[in-house]
Amino acid sequence: MLSIKDLHANVEEKSILKGLSLDIKPGEVHAIMGPNGAGKSTLGNVLAGREGYSVTGGSVQFNNEALLDLDAEERARKGLFLAFQYPVEIPGVSNMEFLKASVDAVREANGQEPYSSVDFIKLAREKCKAVNLPADFLKRGVNEGFSGGEKKRNELLQMMLLEPTLCILDETDSGLDIDALQVVADGVNALRSPERSFIVVTHYQRLLDYIVPDYVHVLADGKIVKSGGKELALELEKDGYRWIAGESA
Amino acid sequence: MSDAMNIAKAVSKQEAWSRPQWLQQWQQAGLDRFRETPWPTRKTEHWKYTPLKSLTGIDWSLPEPKTSVADGIRFDDWNAIRLNIVNGELQNPGDLPTGVSLVRLSECNQEQAERFLAALEASRNDFLFDTANQAFIQDAYWLNVDPNTQVQQALHLNYVTDGDDVLSSSQIWINLGVGAQVTVVETFSAGEQGRCLVNANTAITLADNARMTHYHLMLEEGDAHHIGRVTAELQRSAYLDSFHVGIGGVLKRKDIRVRHCGEGAELRLNGVYLPKGAEIIDYHTCIEHEVPHCTSEEIFRGIISDSAKAVFNGRIHIHKDAQKSLAEMNNRNLLLSDQAEIDTKPELEIYADDVKCAHGATIARLDDTQLFYFQARGISRAEAEVMLSFGFINELLDSLQDEAVQNLLRPLLATLFAHQRSELTRHLL
Repeated sequence: MLSIKDLHANVEEKSILKGLSLDIKPGEVHAIMGPNGAGKSTLGNVLAGREGYSVTGGSVQFNNEALLDLDAEERARKGLFLAFQYPVEIPGVSNMEFLKASVDAVREANGQEPYSSVDFIKLAREKCKAVNLPADFLKRGVNEGFSGGEKKRNELLQMMLLEPTLCILDETDSGLDIDALQVVADGVNALRSPERSFIVVTHYQRLLDYIVPDYVHVLADGKIVKSGGKELALELEKDGYRWIAGESA
Repeated sequence: MSDAMNIAKAVSKQEAWSRPQWLQQWQQAGLDRFRETPWPTRKTEHWKYTPLKSLTGIDWSLPEPKTSVADGIRFDDWNAIRLNIVNGELQNPGDLPTGVSLVRLSECNQEQAERFLAALEASRNDFLFDTANQAFIQDAYWLNVDPNTQVQQALHLNYVTDGDDVLSSSQIWINLGVGAQVTVVETFSAGEQGRCLVNANTAITLADNARMTHYHLMLEEGDAHHIGRVTAELQRSAYLDSFHVGIGGVLKRKDIRVRHCGEGAELRLNGVYLPKGAEIIDYHTCIEHEVPHCTSEEIFRGIISDSAKAVFNGRIHIHKDAQKSLAEMNNRNLLLSDQAEIDTKPELEIYADDVKCAHGATIARLDDTQLFYFQARGISRAEAEVMLSFGFINELLDSLQDEAVQNLLRPLLATLFAHQRSELTRHLL
């Protein structure tokens, strides 16, 4: 479903991704680990189409389409979802308005009827419950005054409503205590299905105890230097990232 | 003498009015002052950023009596009492709630007239347009709420201007007795006929413990100019919540001046201005803390599109004896285009030493990170811009006391950003 070939990308003239390749099949969960500055977050932002990240080489096929030709909103409508490391606060726009606008846009692009307001409110409340957010969070400004854990649960809520085929979790564990981590991981696990794939970007092995990956990749200096099964994460936890530099050099 | 504004036609009409002699004299004094006051230019401090060129070279006249006119503004699902003021003249007011009365200046007895004129004198700012207001109002109205009267229904002053090259002046004095309570909404709209200058003054006086919720919504579109002032005097423990909107028209300028005259008075003064195209909207506010223990909270937000221009000048003046004053002012502006302009100037003048004051002004564009968040959720850039712009002022709309006013303003303001494309506002309304 996703095929990244020799991807090169710059941020503000600085080369960050330097020939990254990765293949993901439907239903697979891939963890991307690596030291700070390796390009983990850049990968998520490049795939989601954020401005300021310029691709200088390589290609990305997403469900047999050239992903990099699409605008950010088109990517989202085609089933790509980036869960932000730092979800943005948008005062004055209610969570409910935002969610409805988002779900309507994605459904319309896929030839589905938009939900009626009544049905949508019902659905949103249901999903709120599933991620353990009180329903009055729907009335508040998007992420406005939410705690770190609440923001991440709000991302999860969006994911549940949009039902994407590829979810990229960018350092979803950062700023979460164990209880919040458990809630988010349970939500993600509930969304796992044979059609839906995940890229879990994380610095620490901890998250992978809860969201168990099929593959683990180590990203260092802009490319994947080692791949393996879930046991690779445990090695990294034990030995750190330092040996990677030695091995790849 | 102000030659720049041609008022010969207006003067000859005004002279033909029949009215009591004392009133005629008072208006003549206004006209004399008008003639002595120089035309404001870029060198006139209070008008520095506000070009008045669009008012010159026009043969201004006074409106003809109207039999049928534009409807003005209506609120849905609100049992407000609607008072129509067409071209400055109050139409048949109908029944008013107990404890509320409306007095015409032209029909005042001597004692009432003295009180009325004293109130108007106290609210004067002596700008050119203030003198014009005195000279050319057809009448002035005194809306009085008796002491300890809590008026349940809101009063809606529906100002409508209709005519071509007309100068439409109005003056209302709203006086609340001790412990009285009322909500007053002033809406201004213009018919589609043509060019007009709305010169609208509102004077508010609140006696001890009086509470007033006030909306002053300048909504004229098209070839309309609007210049005027809102003044308020708050006595002991009085409370005023005053909300302002400026949209549309060629030029809008409102001078708002609030005086804290009695200890423990409280003011909330908020507003939004949204000039687009080549419109100019200018708010000058001034809050005078003259006595101790008063508070004021002021938030104005502007969104300026296209090659429009906005001016915000917010002054807070803490007098020497006004210890324990609490004053906060915040002005935030969003520029939606490279040609848009904002001139903002917060001014704090503090002469007391035990006070808490803060002010701030910011100018920004739409935030890229926020826009990307919308897009990453499938929402188009165009809809994201509309939702985000609207969100910027929606925070203030959310804090309004009356749902009916929110319901009027939300669609009106949201569509301004969407250039009439309803698909961009459908998630806001």
